[in-house]
Order: sequence, then structure tokens, then C-alpha cells
Amino acid sequence: MRLVIAEDNALLRDGLIRLLEANGCTVVAAVDNAPQLEVALRDVDADGAVLDVRMPPTYTDEGLRAAIAVRTARPGYPVMVLSQYVEQLYARELLASGEGGVGYLLKDRVANVGEFVDGVRRVVSGGTVLDPEVIAAIMSHRRDEPLDRLSKRERDVLSLMAEGRSNAAIAGALFVSEKAVAKHTNSIFTKLDLPLAPDDNRRVLAVLAWLR
Amino acid sequence: MRTSAGPWTVTGFAACQLLLVVPSIVAVVLVAVGGLLALVTIGVPILLLGLPALRWIADRHRSMAARTLGHDVPADYLPTEGLSTLARVRTWAVDPMTWRDLLWVLVSLTVGFALALVTVLLLVLVVTGAFWWYGAPHVMRLRASIDRMFLTRGHTEQLEQRVVDLTVSRADTVDHNATELRRIERDLHDGVQARMVAVGMTLGLADDLFERDPEAALRLLTEARDTTGAALADLRAVVRGIHPPVLADRGLTGAVEALALDMALPVTVLSDLAGRPPEPVESAAYFAVAECLANVGKHSGATRAWVDLHHDAGVLRASVGDDGRGGADPRHGSGLIGIMRRLSAFDGTMVVSSPDRGPTLITLEIPCALSSPRTTLSSATG
Repeated sequence: MRLVIAEDNALLRDGLIRLLEANGCTVVAAVDNAPQLEVALRDVDADGAVLDVRMPPTYTDEGLRAAIAVRTARPGYPVMVLSQYVEQLYARELLASGEGGVGYLLKDRVANVGEFVDGVRRVVSGGTVLDPEVIAAIMSHRRDEPLDRLSKRERDVLSLMAEGRSNAAIAGALFVSEKAVAKHTNSIFTKLDLPLAPDDNRRVLAVLAWLR
Repeated sequence: MRTSAGPWTVTGFAACQLLLVVPSIVAVVLVAVGGLLALVTIGVPILLLGLPALRWIADRHRSMAARTLGHDVPADYLPTEGLSTLARVRTWAVDPMTWRDLLWVLVSLTVGFALALVTVLLLVLVVTGAFWWYGAPHVMRLRASIDRMFLTRGHTEQLEQRVVDLTVSRADTVDHNATELRRIERDLHDGVQARMVAVGMTLGLADDLFERDPEAALRLLTEARDTTGAALADLRAVVRGIHPPVLADRGLTGAVEALALDMALPVTVLSDLAGRPPEPVESAAYFAVAECLANVGKHSGATRAWVDLHHDAGVLRASVGDDGRGGADPRHGSGLIGIMRRLSAFDGTMVVSSPDRGPTLITLEIPCALSSPRTTLSSATG
């Protein structure tokens, strides 16, 4: 995997480069501010980008804006957005275009290197990886249709799906067979009226339906 | 500002004032008798009749003076809502405006009466029509100025009141800040600090065990990593309590939208803010709205809520409404009092309308100017 990295803190940037390269990724560009990031994102050879939300020059949400802008220009371009804090609002904005290839994680999650690199891989291959904290915030809601139609178990499966887990990983986390998970995911797709499409894309759509 | 009134209008006022002469005499006699007899209780009911009548008459003169002069003539009585009868009488007695009213009646019944009479006579006598046409507005402006002099607080009194208000709000602000700092210190001490100590200990232990029992050392490393995660979560909570990052990123509208998304019930956010208020005001408004929404979530039993952010004529207005059971009382519950105190530092106000069985509407107003929309760097412009 060839990745663009944007992170303004030198320690964290070096750490990210080190752990990604140790896990078989190539970092084609590592930048520390928004203007340079914009240039780096024009590189057509990169498979995706890992972006910090807060960067110079304004230290607000330039990473997020850059992610949305690059995905407008190149739909489906994989971005993994990292932040010191997560907001449901930002998750919605990232996913609003309806395409997969989006990750949105707390920086803390990088500490678990295996899971983090796995998450980046899944994003690059078009999956959706949301932080458990975002998912917990959504879960605590009493939202109406069509999620009311889901059973408790199906909601559990859907939250793990939003974290970007594969069926096998979901089966492991819920102590059920992979077959049972497949049954639940199919039932979720039906209940949410998702059109027939490759499984990966339907998983993204299911997460989107949930965020709305 | 209203324009000053013409001869017909002021003559109408003069006629009204003449009609109010007899009621004025009755009212002032009632107040005088009631006041004297108040010492032996019988006077209290007489006062309860006379004083409101006197105030009503004074208020009519205030509004006539305001229309004649073209600017406000405010009453500024001490508030008596919700007081017991006796407390109300006591408030009346100490209210300087009551004494001003009484003084005014004397002037109104003599000089004021004469001026109003002249105005009406100039018209009624017909032959003096020309004098009336040109003179009446001047005569009545004189009367209105005299009325205003007696019926409003003087400049010094207004300044004194302002000093009292500022002293109270300054004390509240200092108090609030001290409490906040104390809370932050405690949160850091109990949360992050304690966890970092634990991380240090766990790492030290892992270091010790590394040679002898690598597996145990590895377990300790994992534990230390998890604890740093928990420490970061604590730190995020503290930061949100000081200045939420989303407020810095997106301003009041975006931050309130983020709050709305995190609510368990659907919350509609309407905003027409074209720019950003000064940072301290923005932060105070944000925490005020957050507190209101938290109350909606905790106490209202509402099925939906809404927030409206609006800036007009130099005032930022935030309204938070819900369709819940109502009965919110700012006097109970420290949250709403806290909001009031925090807003008072900016001359802000909070009005709560929450009848039993709802709906509840809380309106916060803070005078401030908006800065032009901040130009954050977008990727499109590089």
C-alpha cells in the first residue's frame, strides 16, 4: 500500500510512518500542513491517505475538509481520518457522499498497532471503519425508522460492521458462528431495504442508513 | 425613535390629562391615608387600592410624555412579582420611584394641570386657533419634559443601579471561574494524573519482569496501553468541559449541531448567524445551550426539541424549546442559575417560560457584535 500521511506533530508523524512501514506500507508523502497536503493528494500513485484533522494553518478541521475535498474530486478515494476527539457530525460529513473507503478513528486507537493497520487496509480496499466511540454515541439514541426494525442482535452486528470488522471477526466478538453472522447481515440488508450490490458496498450503505 | 406628536395628538393628550386629574386626586388621597394608617394594618388594603391606581395614572402620563417627546420614558419600579402582600407594600415603601410618583402628582395637579388646560383652551376658544396650532406642541413638550423629570430615575440613580448590577455580576463571574478551575483541577487529579501514575508503575513492573517472565511483561505492556487509552478519554472529557474542540472548529452553529446529534431525542437546529460572536460570548452561549439541552434530556420527557440561533440589532439570541412536561423553574436546579450567572458577565439575560404540562421555551440573549465569517483555509483555495 502506498500512503500519503498528514500529521503536524513530528513525534506522531514519525511514529505513524514507522509503524505503517513496519507493516508493509510505503509512505509516499508525509506532510504537516494543509497546503502541502493538497499537493500531496494530487499524487495519483497513492492508494490512500491517513490524515490528522487538526493541522496548520488554522488548527481546526483542515484534515477533515481536505478528506472531503479529495473525495469530491476523486470519489471513493480511501482516507483514514485520525483525531484527538470524534464527533458524530464529522462522521456524517465524511460518509455523506455514500461511498466507502472511509475511516474515522481516535488517535488513541493507533496504540493497538495490529488493529490500526488492519483498519487502514480495510479502508484502502473500500471498507468503512468508524471509531467505537462514534458508534456508542449513535447506539445511545432512540432513533426511529428504519433501525427500529432491527433486533438487538442485529444492532450488535451492525455496530461491529461499522467498526469495519469482517464477518469472521464479528463472529469471534459475539461468540457465534460465521454462518449466523452472515444470516444476520442479510437480514439487516433486507430490513434496511438496501439494493442488491456487492457485499462490501452494502455494508457501507447499512452503516450510512444507521448514521442518518 | 418615534417622531414627536403634532397639535391634534398633544391636545388629545392634554384632554386625557385633564380627565385624569380627579382620579389622580383620589389616588393620592388613598395613598396618603393608606400610608398613614398602614401602621395600624387597616391602611394596607387602602394602599393596595391607591398605589396601583397611582402607578397606572403615572404610567399613562409616561406613555403620553414618551409619544410627545419621541423617546422612551421608562418606569423602573422595583419588581414585586411573586411577593407576599406585606413584602409588596414594603417594597413599594422603599422604592424611590414611589416617592417620585407622589412628588410628581403635586406638580402634575398644579403646573401640569395649568399647561394642559391652556392647550385645550387655545383650541376650544377657536379665535386663538393660530396660537394653538403653533403653540400647543411646545406647551405640551414642556409638560412632557416636566413629567419625565419626575417620573424617571435620574442619571445618578441609573449609574448607581448599574454599579450595583456590575458588582454582583463581577462577584458571580469570579466565583464561577474559581469553581470551574477547582473542578478542572479535581478532574485532572482524579483522572488523568492517577492513570498516568498507574501507567508508570505498570511499565516499571514490566521492565522488572522483562528478563524473567517475558509473557507477564507483555501482559503488563498491554495493560499500560489500555490505561493510556483511558487517560486520553478522561483528558478529552476535561477538554470538552473547558472549550469543546468542535466549537473552535465550527463555531456556535456547528457545535450546537454536534450537540443536537448527540441527544437521544431529535433536535432541530436553526441558525442564521452570518459571523462569529467574540470567543467568550460564543463559549458562554454554547455552554448555556448545552445545559438547556441536557435539562431537556434529563427532565422534560420531551419527544422533540429545537434550538434557534439568531443575531439581530446587536443581540445574540439563542432559544431552546421542547414539547415536554414543562415546570422548569430557574430558582430550583443550580444549572439554570449557573447559566444566568455566566451570562450576566456579558449583560446577557435568560428568560424561562415553562408552564405545567409544557411546552418549555428558554430564551438567552447576549448583546454582542458578530465578526465577519472567519475564512478557514479550504483545500480548494490552497
